[in-house]
Amino acid sequence: MHSTTLLLANTPPQTLPARELMAFTLGSHILLVPFGVALPFITLLMHYRGLRKGDVVALKLARRWSAVMAVQFAIGIVTGTILSFEFGLLWPRMMGRWGDVFGLGFGVEAWAFFLEAVLIAIYLYGWRRLRPWTHFWLGTPLPLAALLGAFGIIAANSWMNTPQGFTLDAQGNPVDVTVRQAIFTPIFGPQYWHFAVAMFLTAGYVVAGVYAVGWLRGRRDRYHRLGFTVPFTVAAILTPVQFFLGDNLARQVFHKQPVKFAAAEIVWNTDTHVPEYLFGRLNEDGTISGGIKIPQLDSILAGFKPSTQVTGLTSVAADDRPTATQATIVHWAFDIMATIGSLLILLALWYAWCWWRRRDLPRSRWFFRCAAVAGAASLLTVECGWITTEVGRQPWIVYFNMRVSDAVTATRVSSLWTMFGIVVAVYVLIFGAFLAVLLKMRTRWRIADESPAGQAGALGPEAGTPYGPREGTMATTGAAPDPGTPQSPGGAS
Amino acid sequence: MMADAISWVLVLAVAAYACAGGTDYGAGFWDLLAGGAERGERPRWLIDHAMAPVWEANNVWLIFVFIIMWTGFPTMFQAVFGAMWLPLALAAIGLVLRGAGFALRKPTRSLAGRRIYGAVFAVSSLLTPFFFGVVIGGIASGRVAPGTTASSDAWANPTSIVAGLLTVAATAYLGAVFLTADARRFGADDLVRYFRFRALCSLAAIVVLAVIGIPVTHHDAEYVWHGLTHGAGLALVILAALAAALTALLLARREYRWCRYTSVAGVALTVAAWGLAQRPYLLPTSLTVAQAAGAAHTLRWLAIVTVIAVVLVGPALVLLYRLDTLGDLEPLTDSDTRGAQAPGDNP
Ligand code: HDD
Ligand code: HEM
Ligand code: HEM
Repeated sequence: MHSTTLLLANTPPQTLPARELMAFTLGSHILLVPFGVALPFITLLMHYRGLRKGDVVALKLARRWSAVMAVQFAIGIVTGTILSFEFGLLWPRMMGRWGDVFGLGFGVEAWAFFLEAVLIAIYLYGWRRLRPWTHFWLGTPLPLAALLGAFGIIAANSWMNTPQGFTLDAQGNPVDVTVRQAIFTPIFGPQYWHFAVAMFLTAGYVVAGVYAVGWLRGRRDRYHRLGFTVPFTVAAILTPVQFFLGDNLARQVFHKQPVKFAAAEIVWNTDTHVPEYLFGRLNEDGTISGGIKIPQLDSILAGFKPSTQVTGLTSVAADDRPTATQATIVHWAFDIMATIGSLLILLALWYAWCWWRRRDLPRSRWFFRCAAVAGAASLLTVECGWITTEVGRQPWIVYFNMRVSDAVTATRVSSLWTMFGIVVAVYVLIFGAFLAVLLKMRTRWRIADESPAGQAGALGPEAGTPYGPREGTMATTGAAPDPGTPQSPGGAS
Repeated sequence: MMADAISWVLVLAVAAYACAGGTDYGAGFWDLLAGGAERGERPRWLIDHAMAPVWEANNVWLIFVFIIMWTGFPTMFQAVFGAMWLPLALAAIGLVLRGAGFALRKPTRSLAGRRIYGAVFAVSSLLTPFFFGVVIGGIASGRVAPGTTASSDAWANPTSIVAGLLTVAATAYLGAVFLTADARRFGADDLVRYFRFRALCSLAAIVVLAVIGIPVTHHDAEYVWHGLTHGAGLALVILAALAAALTALLLARREYRWCRYTSVAGVALTVAAWGLAQRPYLLPTSLTVAQAAGAAHTLRWLAIVTVIAVVLVGPALVLLYRLDTLGDLEPLTDSDTRGAQAPGDNP
């Protein structure tokens, strides 16, 4: 279409690689964030149970999750640090112009990261030597620090979505900055709560999914039951909450970012009695191919009655709104998120029903199959949610105040593509190695649990003192595991 | 006024990162030079233990530096990242590789795997501080100005190279001093000797580099050079030199209790001297603190954020370092998580 070519002509060639790089690195970092935010909480729950009831199995789970956390946290940190660089490497003009308006949210984030890094180090390395309850209590501020960190990041992002807290002078530069307004922007509250709950929910389903797989393979001991129940219960309670928060957020987007909402629901012309499309594709001329059409529903969802007027994409000029392709991407991302969110509710209800009737886990293998994929589905949902947010904002980096193409770096395009290539390669290796390390840890644990000596060990002399005695003097042994560890008789996996 | 205060906060944050982060880079530097798997086993074991609980917290100083830059002095942030694109991009990738290599090496049991991760960790520990030093050299020599686009001259120049090498040497020095003290804490006398020797060597390297650097940078970085050799800047440089000399003396006399503090003081004073020498510029000689300052209201809030950070994070950091020095922080071992050896693991 004419407008598209015009748009491309005005867009510096750096925009494409810069966007791809930003999207790729953010999309990778966000996969770890649920665990950075919520795994400490879930681990602390298990830890509490272990200490309170003297439950050896629970303590073993908590310690193993800590070992996982140690690696995951480090990968989260390095992938996050690169994002801070990218604000300068890719979007220097956004920071140069708006840094003093919205940058402060990141200041809050810095406190949180400090606290988190300190507390997590104490928690992870405190298992052996700190007194049990001291150790536990030193860990309890961790979830709060994580929520504080998310506060900073989401404040910055929601400012990009609904910028305020400044006025523009004659040259178009921001003056009269009011920090409070710039942090608490209209979309901030709904976005923050929806995001925070998403993190706890996702971490819960992913962790539970690991034990659901074990359950399906016939490992139905107390270890797997506990490892499944605690995180799954957290996630199942949050699922309906998340549904309401999502519904609320969508309505806020309708009011505060109408063009984004139009993209998410592929509404072409402003109208009342707007139908809802499930999936389907928006064409350049405003027609829609495919998809399931439900009359009136979109208006009802947006304003509770069919006569609600919904703003369409054409309400703004073509180069002020997402293209038809972008709108289709946003629409699919949004629909996948809402679909998975609804399916997860069914899963949570199934669980609640069985618990209510029999005080027991569901017996059906299908339940555990679904639970096993729920984790991956939640991660997918998180990605979809962010695609909705970010692609739906296009072509603006600061909604209706700065275009992505005006923010991008002037560095050579080839440098950007090279960096993109290197980063992708590095991330593939890092994430691959990360997974390999996790799988290896799991194998080691399983071998220990399945060997007779391992089972005896669980009841052995250490059982009474879950905070086992210190073994070996550090100065004389390397990183060697203790020599008494049983060797497995059979194969690995 | 407020902008000046924030610029000093920035200098302090840079100094904190140079000291805290620098120590970790230095540890990686010695990991690189520790030799083969067998010979290097014990130094590497010490490096692992000393670094593991603290490096993540130390890394946050860098984030804090960025935040102060883009919130307090947005145009300076834009200019630095515009002109210094390549070294900063390389530093970013180096940071990722270093952290990931370090974190993945620990839970890996196979020798081949440990070697690869260890090599990645060690090499990037060398390169990352070099690139940070290069950026500082570029700024100090006036090669970064608002509107400068990325070019190799901005960072491939005598001052940048000298600054990069000095940064690496300084990290090696800090790392070795801290590892000496750590070795003593863990009661490993052979390692005390090992790292004491290396600390003295790296101090010698710093002196050599400084002697080479003084004539080389004289005309290249005139403004800062002048600031460092006159008045208050010179006073701080002298203090820094005294701190370094004191460290050498303490090490030579095998008094390990205070040498960490004196080594940190030396590095921090050097950074402060650089800050002082640049006054009133953020980017000599094109952008002053006042010109670069962000909105007044924001700066006030940034000051509040900083104060809260000190109140909130200070005690937490003290607790961490204290527990760490007391030896209360130890990694979980396989026996804690009840793990067994899997096929292919090296003990
Ligand atoms: C497991 C996670 C999860 C689940 C089940 C849902 N969401 Fe979501 N959603 C997210 C995870 C998420 C997210 C990844 O956390 C996002 C991205 C940006 C944000 O703040 O949260 C998000 C963003 C997001 C946005 C865009 C906000 C913006 O652009 O400012 C909308 C409109 C919704 N969600 C709506 C929903 C609805 C109607 C759901 C119905 C079931 C739903 N979400 C379930
Ligand atoms: C962590 C989860 C996030 C994911 C997965 C994500 C994803 C994306 C994607 C897919 C794009 C490219 C959009 C396009 O070009 O069509 C993008 C762009 C961008 N995002 Fe996000 N985003 C996330 C969070 C954030 C946050 C929290 C911020 C800011 C605080 C942010 C800032 C940006 C910026 C500056 C761009 C480039 C400009 C633009 O394309 O609008 N993102 N992100
Ligand atoms: C979508 C929202 C995001 C949230 C909630 C979030 C949260 C977190 C959390 C919990 C950590 C701790 C490490 C871990 O993953 O376990 C972390 C690390 C980090 N994140 Fe993100 N992140 C988000 C996106 C971003 C973005 C857009 C940036 C860019 C400024 C960023 C910068 C960082 C940095 C610099 C670190 C390392 C902190 C450190 O050194 O301790 N994050 N993030």
